[in-house]
Amino acid sequence: MNSKRNFLLGAFGAAAAIPTLASRPHSKEYLPNVILQTHLGKEVMFYDDLVKGHKVVVFNMIYTACQNICPPNTANLIQVQKMLGGRMGRDIFFFSITLQPEVDKPPDLQAYARKYGIAPGWTLLTGRRKEVDIVRKSLGFVDPDPAVDESLERHTGMLRIGNAGIDRWSMMPSLLRPQQIVKSITSMKKKPS
Amino acid sequence: MVRFINNLPEDHKGFGSPEISTHVHGAHVGSESDGYAGNYYSKEDKGPTISEKGAFYDNHYPNYPSNGDSRSICGTMWYHDHREEFTAPNVYRGLAGMYLVFDEIDSGNEKDPNPKALRLPSGVGKYDIPLVVQDKKFDAGGNLVFDQLDPEGFLGNLMMVNGTVSPYLKVEGRKYRFRLLDASMARYFQFHLRDAAGRDQEFTFIASDGNLLERPVKMTKLFMGMAERSDIIIDFGKYPPGTKLYLVNRLEQTDPRKPSGSLLTTPVRLLRFDIGEKTTDSPPIPAFLRALPPMPTKVVRTRRWDLGRKNGQWTINDKFFDPERVDAVVKHNQAEIWKFDIGGGWAHPIHIHLDDFRVLSYDGRKPPPEWAGRKDVISLLPGVEMSLLVKFTDYVGKYMMHCHQTAHEDSAMMIRYDVVEA
Repeated sequence: MNSKRNFLLGAFGAAAAIPTLASRPHSKEYLPNVILQTHLGKEVMFYDDLVKGHKVVVFNMIYTACQNICPPNTANLIQVQKMLGGRMGRDIFFFSITLQPEVDKPPDLQAYARKYGIAPGWTLLTGRRKEVDIVRKSLGFVDPDPAVDESLERHTGMLRIGNAGIDRWSMMPSLLRPQQIVKSITSMKKKPS
Repeated sequence: MVRFINNLPEDHKGFGSPEISTHVHGAHVGSESDGYAGNYYSKEDKGPTISEKGAFYDNHYPNYPSNGDSRSICGTMWYHDHREEFTAPNVYRGLAGMYLVFDEIDSGNEKDPNPKALRLPSGVGKYDIPLVVQDKKFDAGGNLVFDQLDPEGFLGNLMMVNGTVSPYLKVEGRKYRFRLLDASMARYFQFHLRDAAGRDQEFTFIASDGNLLERPVKMTKLFMGMAERSDIIIDFGKYPPGTKLYLVNRLEQTDPRKPSGSLLTTPVRLLRFDIGEKTTDSPPIPAFLRALPPMPTKVVRTRRWDLGRKNGQWTINDKFFDPERVDAVVKHNQAEIWKFDIGGGWAHPIHIHLDDFRVLSYDGRKPPPEWAGRKDVISLLPGVEMSLLVKFTDYVGKYMMHCHQTAHEDSAMMIRYDVVEA
C-alpha cells in the first residue's frame, strides 16, 4: 500500500489536517505603512506608529457630517470605551478613520471627538485621499459592489479588531452590545499590561 | 460522553483563536452539548454563555434519534469548531472530522445476516470511505495562507481531499460507499464522476446530509455547498481492471460570494480512482433504504427569515448575532414553516441545529429527489426563495440557525432560537 493511499484512508479522523501550519503573510506584510494625520494634527506612520506591537487595535470608518450610521456606532463605542476603563490608551487603542479626508481636517476631527466625549486612547485619523483609501481597503472596509463601496450612505459599520503582536484579526458590527465588543477586544489580549 | 481537552497553546500566534466549542453537525443532542458559539473555552478564556474557564468540556452524544424514531437516524455527521468570530480560521486550521453513526438498517456490515440490514458497502476506510473536500490557499513557497482581513472570506487555489492535493485511491472492482463532505469556507461544487476521456459516469446517491433517502437516485452530477454531506455508491465492478476514473468539480466560482453560474470548460480533477481486479462485492443496492417519517399535518406558524445586509455586513432579519439574545422561541413537536428570502449578491448555505428539516419548496419548485428527504443544511443561491418545514424535539435550550459560509457566520450571520416544552 502506498503512502498516499494510507493518508487518504487514514486521514478522515482528522480530515482537515494540513501539511503545514505556517501562517503567512504576517500583519506587517499586509498592512501599509503610509502617513496619516491624527485629530491633534500629528503625522503618524500607519503600521509602525499605530498597529505594531502586542496590543489591541480597533478600527472603524466615520465622517463628521455622517447622520445615519456613525452617530449610533460612535455612541456605542463610547460605552465600550468606558467599560474598558484604564486599558484604553495603555494596551487597547481605538482609531476612527474618516471617509471624507478632503473635508475632515484635524480641527474637524478634534471637534467631533469633543462632541462625543472621546477620551485618550481613541484617535481620529485623516490624511490624503490616496493613503486613507489604501488603509481602508487593507483593513477590509470594502464592499465588492463599487457603487456601495463609494456610497457614504451605505458605508461600513464594522469594527476591525486585531493584535499585530499575535498576528490575529477579527471583524464585528459596531452595533453589537457593548459587552460583546468588550469581550472580543479583551480576548485579543487576555492579560492587561 | 466525549471529553474535549483544549491543549491548544494560549500564546498561539496567527490566524485562529485557541478557544474551542465543538459542534457535531447533524447531531440530535442537548443544548449544552451542541457546541454553541458562545460556549467557547480555554484555560484562560471563556465565551459569554459558559460559566467557567477551563481546559476541558464534556459533550454528551446519546446517538438517539428525534422522538426515538429510527426513521430519523442520521449516519454521516461531522464535527468542527464553532467558536464565535473564529470558526472560519479554526476549521481551516484543521478542527474538523467525520462522525459516523450506524444502526440496525445501516449497520456498517455488508454481510449482516439481519434481514432488515441494507448490506451497503462496509468497512470504514475500506469500502466505506469519507471524502472531505476543501479548497485551501497556498503561497508560492507552499505555505498555507489565510486572509484574515478580507471580510468576504476567500477561495483556495488548491483542492484537497482528506487533506491531500490530487490524491489517488486504488480500488477493487466492486461497489464502494463514499461519504462526501464539503468542508470549505466558501467553495461550492458540482461533482461529476468521469473517465479519462471526460465522459460522465453514473453513480448512486443514497443519503443527503447523512440521512438515507427512501429510494436511491442514479445521477451523473451532484451540487453541494458548504457543510453538506452526500453518501454515494460507485460500482467499480462495471469497469475493466486498469481503468482510471476521476472525481471532478465542474462548477465555476471566481469569488467567495457565490458560484459564477457557469461551468468550467476544464473540470478540476480532485481524486483519481485506479480500478483493480474484481473482488467479492456487497449485495445489490436495495430499492428501498429508509422510510421517511410522515410530514406533520399541522403547522402552527410561519416565520420569515430575511437574509440581508446592513452596514457592510450580512444580517438575518436585519440583525447581527448576539449569543445572549433570543431571536425565536420554538415549542417541542410543533411544526413550523421557515421561509427564507435572500437578496442578490451572495449565496448562503443555511444550517439549522438540533433537528432535520424538510424542503417544501426551493425557487418555487418542489425539491429534486436528492433534497426530498431529511436535511440539515441547504445552499440558498442569490434571489432564491425557500420554504422549510422544521420541528424540534426532545431537548430544550439554546440552538442556532446560521449561514455556514464560515466567514459570514464569524461576522455574526446567525440567530439564536430557544426550544421549549409545549
